[in-house]
Amino acid sequence: METLMIILSGVLVTVGTYLMLSKNILRLILGSSVLSHAVHLLLMTLGGLKTGDAPITGKGSTVFTDALPQALILTAIVIGFAVNAFFLVLLYRTYDETGQTELDKLKGL
Amino acid sequence: MKINDVILQAITKLVVFMIITFAVFLFLMGVDNPGGGFVGGLVLAAAFVLLVLAFDIETIEKGVPLDFKKIAALGAFLVVGTGTAALFFDMDFLEMTLIEFDVPILGTIHFETVLLFEAGVALAVVGVVMTIILSIGKDVDQWKH
Amino acid sequence: MSPTVLSILLPFLFAIFIPILHSRVKRIHVGWFVLMIPMILLIYYSRFVPEVASGKTFLATLQWIPTFHLNWVTYIDGLSLLFGLLITGMGALVILYSIYYLNQDEALHRFYVYLMIFMGAMLGVVFTDHLLILYVFWELTSIASFLLIAFWYERKQARYGALKSMLITVFGGLSMLIGFLLLFHLSGSFSIRENIELLAGFKNEGLFYASLVLILLGAFTKSAQFPFHIWLPDAMEAPTPVSAYLHSATMVKAGIYLVARFTAIFAGIGLWFWLVAGVGIVTMLWGSYTAIRQRDLKALLAYSTISQLGLIMCLLGIGSLADYDNGSGTTIVFTGAVFAALFHLINHATFKGTLFMVVGILDLELGTRDVNRLGGLARLMPITFTVAVLGSFSMAGLPPFNGFLSKEMFFEAVLMVQHLDFFSIESLGYIFPLLAWIGSVLTFVYCMIIVFQTFFGAYRPELLDREAREAPIGMLLSPMILGIIIVTVFFIPNVIGKYILSPAMYSIFPNIETEALQFDITIWHGFTTEVWMTIFVIVLGIILYATRRYWKGVYRVFPGSWTMDNIYKGILAFIENNADSINHFYMRGNGRDYIAYIYLFFIACVGGTIWYTGAFSINAWSTTPIAPYEWILTAVMIVAAATLALSHNRLLSIILNGVLGFSIALFFILFNAPDLALTQLVIETITTALFLLAFTHLPKLTKERNSPIGRWLKVIISVSVGSIFVIVALIVNGSLSTEKISLFFEDSELLMGGHNIVNAILGDFRAFDTMLEVVVLMIAGIGVYTLVKSKIKKEGTHENK
Repeated sequence: METLMIILSGVLVTVGTYLMLSKNILRLILGSSVLSHAVHLLLMTLGGLKTGDAPITGKGSTVFTDALPQALILTAIVIGFAVNAFFLVLLYRTYDETGQTELDKLKGL
Repeated sequence: MKINDVILQAITKLVVFMIITFAVFLFLMGVDNPGGGFVGGLVLAAAFVLLVLAFDIETIEKGVPLDFKKIAALGAFLVVGTGTAALFFDMDFLEMTLIEFDVPILGTIHFETVLLFEAGVALAVVGVVMTIILSIGKDVDQWKH
Repeated sequence: MSPTVLSILLPFLFAIFIPILHSRVKRIHVGWFVLMIPMILLIYYSRFVPEVASGKTFLATLQWIPTFHLNWVTYIDGLSLLFGLLITGMGALVILYSIYYLNQDEALHRFYVYLMIFMGAMLGVVFTDHLLILYVFWELTSIASFLLIAFWYERKQARYGALKSMLITVFGGLSMLIGFLLLFHLSGSFSIRENIELLAGFKNEGLFYASLVLILLGAFTKSAQFPFHIWLPDAMEAPTPVSAYLHSATMVKAGIYLVARFTAIFAGIGLWFWLVAGVGIVTMLWGSYTAIRQRDLKALLAYSTISQLGLIMCLLGIGSLADYDNGSGTTIVFTGAVFAALFHLINHATFKGTLFMVVGILDLELGTRDVNRLGGLARLMPITFTVAVLGSFSMAGLPPFNGFLSKEMFFEAVLMVQHLDFFSIESLGYIFPLLAWIGSVLTFVYCMIIVFQTFFGAYRPELLDREAREAPIGMLLSPMILGIIIVTVFFIPNVIGKYILSPAMYSIFPNIETEALQFDITIWHGFTTEVWMTIFVIVLGIILYATRRYWKGVYRVFPGSWTMDNIYKGILAFIENNADSINHFYMRGNGRDYIAYIYLFFIACVGGTIWYTGAFSINAWSTTPIAPYEWILTAVMIVAAATLALSHNRLLSIILNGVLGFSIALFFILFNAPDLALTQLVIETITTALFLLAFTHLPKLTKERNSPIGRWLKVIISVSVGSIFVIVALIVNGSLSTEKISLFFEDSELLMGGHNIVNAILGDFRAFDTMLEVVVLMIAGIGVYTLVKSKIKKEGTHENK
């Protein structure tokens, strides 16, 4: 299961990188979003998968999955959203002001 | 964004309150169950987003007369403030504690300072998300007209 | 918080209120409020004088980061108290002067805020025992100086001078920091007091010498010693109160303080003696030589300050021999040199402060500082004239002024040097009295220029911007007070000697018994060599002043292009050009290239390391079973990702991105992470909504026209990044050996009463992260809001309208 998840996040990283290298700025944003998905998945996987119940005590179980990566990812998700929103607005304003969609053409504007 | 979608609007009116109640529920359940400041705040924000999608922004601004920037600032202030307040009670920065005090009639009240902290997080999340959505939405609207 | 710590913070705290006072109270000059601070501090520090004079020291600690032993230790002893009194005393006089110097319509709030920052930082430098905290305050004085020099920032020269002083002093400060770190490396302590004993055993280590040189570099740049003196004349662009305060009385003496403070650690080392005394005497000579050629009175005073600082530095260097020669009879003379240095330090502050204030008055009343345009002012400005005479004659070393006393002691000290027979001084020792004497003659000459060329001769009103008349009394008050001090100190020098100077000596020479450090300053001790030297200084000085017209050609021997200034400019231009060309080599303004650089660097570093270290060992076969729906979910994600990479449709791309997000949320559910799943679901919803809101304003995903090489490069880079990512992840996954930290958190119930461990981590254990995250969120929100609200006003129409 871990191996599968690692390979899956590897695929996501590849796609994310490919998108990041595009000329179009919208692809750039999508790329960064995909990359953050990959990292979340990886963090989750390295914390160990299905090693126990959900990390909530007092429900009868004594073995839990690792809660630390979960807390990390939770933080990362929210920050990722903020970053993406900022990126999106940056793109949208750039497009409004310059009418350019490609990174290369923004040079010197 | 003028959308004449009666069904969506009718359902939204019903559902929004359920979502808001659910958000508060999630927020309060956070200590012992899945939920908490982040999720509560996000669900609350989602309720508002639904409103924005179903109605147009002017209507929302009239119906929900809140300045979300100020809400976000209040949230951040609560978060930093609970941390700083701990310093005045001879504790470390951001140390959380359980306060118990006696109130006549009601008896002993337990209050966890972490709840204030989480409330700050929730408010900041709602504030920021809505600030982002509304500023983009309004701008797009202006282009339309 | 102890009152001493508070006394250092007081100027900073008060600085907050200055802008408020400035905008609210219009009728009263803000300076009157600011004046309270140095007054309060002066009174506060004065109360320590009797006890410190009896040999007591005061220590106070403010816990800052106790885990790293990083505590703010303030230390009041003789030396720091001397400087503390100097800073606050001069501060009070200068602020009093500035009230009349600066009009209400100047940016007073800025001026006094900077001045308070400086005062606090300077107090921090002298009262702090911890090296790193001393460093922070040290740099803060540089920053305050930068801001004050550039106070009239619309002047090009002011900006240039500010930048120059900043670059040079911060360069020195950084060297000093490295020196401090080396000392810490040797002794393991950041406390100056402790280091005096701890470092006694390291006097043969190479690093010890390296730190010596580095720390001196800091002191020399700050105290404008040759060849780093070049920033001080340019710093004269600052308002005159600043020049009087920072650039003659206090900040430039921080270097002196540092040398005096470290004498206890480095004294008795040949290198220290040669550097401090040698650089000092050269600076003294060069400064007084250059001062004579100046036409601008303020520039003249700047070079004179450089020269006088050199004198003090030289005396400290000579004094450091005392530790080497401990025990023999000559010790007292050498400690006497340090005594003279401290005495001259105070005297210099008084007479140079007076002179700067006089020049400020001339500048304000007449509109010029050019000696060639001034003349005959003695009748018209009698009080200004009188204080100018007091200041200049004291600086020239004439009786009955305090400068005479310290100048005599200076001669006494340099004369002693030639009788030594170590550090190969025997062959070079005569140089010191000779250079000192020449320097003094030149000093005498420029002092005469200040007095006679400005106040005597013909009064030529046609060369002045304004008619000459006496300055308002408020402006004359501070120089008059200083003038009275100049004369008074001459008659009762031993009061200062006993209460201020001797206690400072105790802290500079902790190993010498206190009786040997008490001196009597005598005004007259017969026709000794020193007195003859002074007499010849006066005679030759008068001759040179009278005939200056004939020998001024000397200054053409050193053409302008030889000066240190040009070296500074050359270095700056060299750095700028090279940095520029290196930058342009790879920063070609194409954003995609930069992203590619990052990835290539990642591939090279991480891939290279794995290949080089042979870390490639994978335990790929994990035992956790895979359920069929997990296969399906994986497949869905891979297909979605692949389609996303190739899609040319905006809507499709946004939806596919959503598919990825929702699938991950499902995975989170499968992996028993309910909080994550909830968050991810809602976030994904909101993100998609956000994308769709802005949809009409998003650019179309056009098909990219890449060259075949470019397209393959993209594929190769992304596949390599992906593979390395997988390899690293597999290696890490196969070698997880440590116990998970969460076991600690699982006891969270006991710690904070919650059952949800994830939320306990977020809200309590790692609340700091959460707090910062909220701050990041806020920043993003503010960023988005401002981006949307800020429309660039542009002529013409948008292309997409």
